[in-house]
Amino acid sequence: MSDWIQICRVDDIPVLGARRVRRPAGTDVAIFRTESDRVFALLDRCPHKGGPLSQGIVFGEHVACPLHNWAISLEDGQARAPDIGCATRFAVRVEDRAVSLLASELATLAIDDADAAAALAAARKVIAIASA
Amino acid sequence: MKKLKLVMIGNGMAGVRTLEELLKIAPDLYDITVFGAEPHPNYNRILLSPVLAGEQTIAEIVLNPLAWYADNGITLHLGKAVTRIDRVRRVVHAADGTQAPYDRLLIATGSTPFILPVPGKQLEGVIGYRDIADTEAMIDAATKYRHAVVIGGGLLGLEAANGLMLRGMKVTVVHIAPWLMERQLDDVAGDLLRKSLVDRGLDFLIGAQTEALVGDAADGTAGRVKSVRFKDGTEVPADLVVMAAGIRPNTALAEATGLHCQRGIVVTDTLQTVTDARIWAVGECAAHRGTAYGLVAPLFEQAKVCATHLAEFGIGRYLGSQVSTKLKVTGIDLFSAGDFMGGEGCDSIVLSDPQGGVYKKLVIKDDKLVGACLYGDTVDGSWYFKLLREGRSVSDIRDRLMFGESSLGDAGHQGQNKAAAMADADEVCGCNGVTKGAICKAIKDKGLFTLDDVRKHTKASASCGSCTGLVEQIIMATAGGDYSAAPRKKAMCGCTEHSHQDVRDAIRQLKLLTIADTQRALSWRTPNGCSSCRPALNYYLISTWPKEAKDDPQSRYINERSHANIQKDGTYSVIPRMWGGETTAAELRRIADVVDKYKIPTVKVTGGQRIDLLGVKKEDLVDVWKDIGMPSGHAYAKALRTVKTCVGSEWCRFGTQDSTQMGKDLERGLWRMYAPHKVKLAVSGCPRNCAESGIKDVGIIGVDSGWELYVGGNGGIKTEAGQFFCKVRTSDEVMEVSGAFLQLYREEGWYLERTVHWIARVGLDSIKQRVLDDVANRKALWERLQFALDGEPDPWFEHDKASVDTRQFIPLVPV
Repeated sequence: MSDWIQICRVDDIPVLGARRVRRPAGTDVAIFRTESDRVFALLDRCPHKGGPLSQGIVFGEHVACPLHNWAISLEDGQARAPDIGCATRFAVRVEDRAVSLLASELATLAIDDADAAAALAAARKVIAIASA
Repeated sequence: MKKLKLVMIGNGMAGVRTLEELLKIAPDLYDITVFGAEPHPNYNRILLSPVLAGEQTIAEIVLNPLAWYADNGITLHLGKAVTRIDRVRRVVHAADGTQAPYDRLLIATGSTPFILPVPGKQLEGVIGYRDIADTEAMIDAATKYRHAVVIGGGLLGLEAANGLMLRGMKVTVVHIAPWLMERQLDDVAGDLLRKSLVDRGLDFLIGAQTEALVGDAADGTAGRVKSVRFKDGTEVPADLVVMAAGIRPNTALAEATGLHCQRGIVVTDTLQTVTDARIWAVGECAAHRGTAYGLVAPLFEQAKVCATHLAEFGIGRYLGSQVSTKLKVTGIDLFSAGDFMGGEGCDSIVLSDPQGGVYKKLVIKDDKLVGACLYGDTVDGSWYFKLLREGRSVSDIRDRLMFGESSLGDAGHQGQNKAAAMADADEVCGCNGVTKGAICKAIKDKGLFTLDDVRKHTKASASCGSCTGLVEQIIMATAGGDYSAAPRKKAMCGCTEHSHQDVRDAIRQLKLLTIADTQRALSWRTPNGCSSCRPALNYYLISTWPKEAKDDPQSRYINERSHANIQKDGTYSVIPRMWGGETTAAELRRIADVVDKYKIPTVKVTGGQRIDLLGVKKEDLVDVWKDIGMPSGHAYAKALRTVKTCVGSEWCRFGTQDSTQMGKDLERGLWRMYAPHKVKLAVSGCPRNCAESGIKDVGIIGVDSGWELYVGGNGGIKTEAGQFFCKVRTSDEVMEVSGAFLQLYREEGWYLERTVHWIARVGLDSIKQRVLDDVANRKALWERLQFALDGEPDPWFEHDKASVDTRQFIPLVPV
């Protein structure tokens, strides 16, 4: 059975731009289109401070996070050195200019991310209070 | 495919850095073999002085441990000096018979100490100061002997003398020139330095000429050195003599091979030898345009360029560097750059406080800073060095130049100017919250040398840059890096070697209309630029060719693409325009309704007399704009922001002019104006200046007889008071002069350059001449601005015309 689910057409994404894909649960997924019409998908959260990567400037096969300009590789989600971090990748299929993602990944991948981030922020606050 | 063979002769900092750069970009191109004459892997030669002084150990200064060579598959021959290069068969021969064939050869043999040709130079106990063996010999001598003589009072000699003294020796420095470090300091600073070193316990013989070194054998010509004899017949005891009278490029091998050498192995801008296209040379042994560099930053520049050519990318040229100097003696701060002696046609500005141990001299020629010599307080060294490199006019800041950049109202690091006095926990960079300890740790752990490296890894001084001087001091103290050298021309970004000015000129001269054409015409290295050059190119195109070049939203930062300000949580803020800071009950009601309807969490009054709605979801932006029904405030853009006003003569009992109306007129005349950076205006109705006109790009103050205009004010990182521009009588003149001034800024400013920095770069006089004196030019500028603004859309309402891609506001939902 096919797990691929069609999201949009390649032309629905601006060249050197991105769109956000909303999920029933979890952080959005950002889909990017390069100059040569390659399409990539990453979790819409910069590994640095959670900036929405879909809002960044796309160049080559990288996107610059809109918050602090980290360059994230579209191919593997890795931050460009010397920054260290990785954005979650999602598989993409393009057929006849139709863009599809895996329904299973959309349903499960990094789904706790938003909760985890909230928990982390809360924990940091507790530590900050404790050490103050 | 069979790999090419690359052989490197020399295992020092410049050569190994070249290999590192090469491995980064072409890891599989070569089988690499390295010959090092010393039995050590690559270490930081600059830090031999701290090792000698007992502040660091040899293990700590190793840059590339043996494992690095193994991990990268490099064949390493340590302790093997290369004696012959067979250029016909392309084989390198070492002293022990080892051979290595090459396809390409990299010579990085560095330099050798200059040994004075005096009798006794071969005696035991007479050494140069160059490598670990010399350093160990000095450390060893300090445990057994009492008297040391250092010949040469330059950088290296003083560092050696200081180290030997700290290790308990009685040290005399012999220096033939009239003052210390004569190539880096003028006589006054050299004398201050000498006094401070005498206080520490060093002895000096200035102007003394060495005649011979005397040995302890019966006839004085053999055995271990026991004294130094001078031409005047005097002698000083010496159990150790360190020759530090300069270095010479180590070109013996290259010369024997028939490579053209002249004060070094002569190389081209690609670091290729002029004699043999298979052979490259980098570092202290190479002579580029007649100069052999001895500081680490230019050598690393060379390494980077050389690596791209070895990698067969064929991009990048080394165009030479300007260098500056600092001394690595803990507790002594000195800095020099350029022509610090001055002379014919030069003026010197001097501050001298011998008691406080501070001396500063700035040399100015033709209104430009051409040299600087600082002793005791060097925090502004990097700023002077920048002014010197850029060669810009300093006429307008001449009176403040001596007091440094920080005299202009720096914020963020508590006014500190001595990094050494700071504790590890003290914050150096207030923008990014980086402590001194964090910077030191990154420098040590990651082997950083240059300011750029430190900025990349720690973000210190990477935002506003006001702590750059401190960060440089820390690099100096921790890594010894001679960071302070830089290419003569600053490239726009890593995608190109062209500067902002080059690009602006090309766009105008070649009539380039698209980003792609510009990148093609200027041979961009990347397929479509980066997040730093694309917004700049887009601005240059639309400002140079209004109505012809088409705006490219995908090359704009998110704020200008979505016409709202992104916040840390990914929501946006919306600031509608309120002409001159005036609003009405109807507008306020609509805003209140929108806040309720879209559940906007925060409503804030801004410093620019407007209302900011914070926490708006991207999906709601278009509806929020529509419901508020007010024009875009462009609070998110490099464009005209606000015109702040006081109430003026309409209400105020002190008001002399109708500042509110003037402000409204200016704002209506100038809104939708994109610029190199944000632009803020203010109009006050009297000299009490309630609208704070003194810190605006254009600030206007009403007086009884008309209006005064001030330009280049800024309330940001550095508080900059606006400079008086002119006085006019009518409000029409205010419009025309302000508009012409801003149009000139739009046409000439570099992207992200505020008016204050543009004025500093081109000079206020030049701007006055073109805007005030040349009336025809003023009118032409004002007309060009009106032409550019005519029919410009409001992006909140005319989406198509403003190239707003509305698809961005709607998330895709899988079905």
